[in-house]
Amino acid sequence: MQDMVLQTVAKLLIPFIQLYGMYVIFHGHISPGGGFAGGAIVASSYILYALAHDVGAGFKQFPRLVAKWLESLGGLIFLLVGLVGIIRGVQFLTNIPEWLGQVGSIFSAGIIPLLTVAIGMKVCSTIVTLFYNLMEEDHD
Amino acid sequence: MRAALTTVVLVLIGLILLFMVAEMPTFGEMGPAYNEVAHHYTQCAVDETGATNVISAIILDWRAYDTLGEATVLFAGIAAVLAILAAHGQRKKGR
Repeated sequence: MQDMVLQTVAKLLIPFIQLYGMYVIFHGHISPGGGFAGGAIVASSYILYALAHDVGAGFKQFPRLVAKWLESLGGLIFLLVGLVGIIRGVQFLTNIPEWLGQVGSIFSAGIIPLLTVAIGMKVCSTIVTLFYNLMEEDHD
Repeated sequence: MRAALTTVVLVLIGLILLFMVAEMPTFGEMGPAYNEVAHHYTQCAVDETGATNVISAIILDWRAYDTLGEATVLFAGIAAVLAILAAHGQRKKGR
């Protein structure tokens, strides 16, 4: 479906949706939200783009290769951050006390922001891939 | 025969569920789930993790291993969907 009103509104809205999603992801440890919610918000902007244009245009913005890398990188970052705990001699996925920082600032809470970003990447890639592939299936 | 078997199995499951309900703590009573862990989570979140969002502190610090499992579920789910859809697409192209 090609509708100029829808495409223009989508073009105006998408930057703000993505900015808000990034905000929710990066402030996951100090305000409500987190990786799952933020990743879903960022993914919704890509879904809106694919709905306003078509799946082919959506795949140009979010290629399968990018989805593959985001999906794998999210899981790998999670595992590597967990392995840091084992290298330090404590349990898997234990927080790093030296990195706790000042409560309330963005660079605080040790491994929690890293894990939030990893989850955000993974959730965003999963939702977008799922939606695009199902929509493509519907098209042809 | 099949209907009788289904009825017997359903009655058995129902009995098990009824026994579980009978064992539940009464309304207002502090059940076994309300123990010192909940107090620890609400009172030590900021001191131990540095995160003011207590939900993040729980799912990504104390129970991060559980969240790793959730991430694995996401990965397995999308892998299964892509495997099924790709097989379907190939059959379509081969026709």
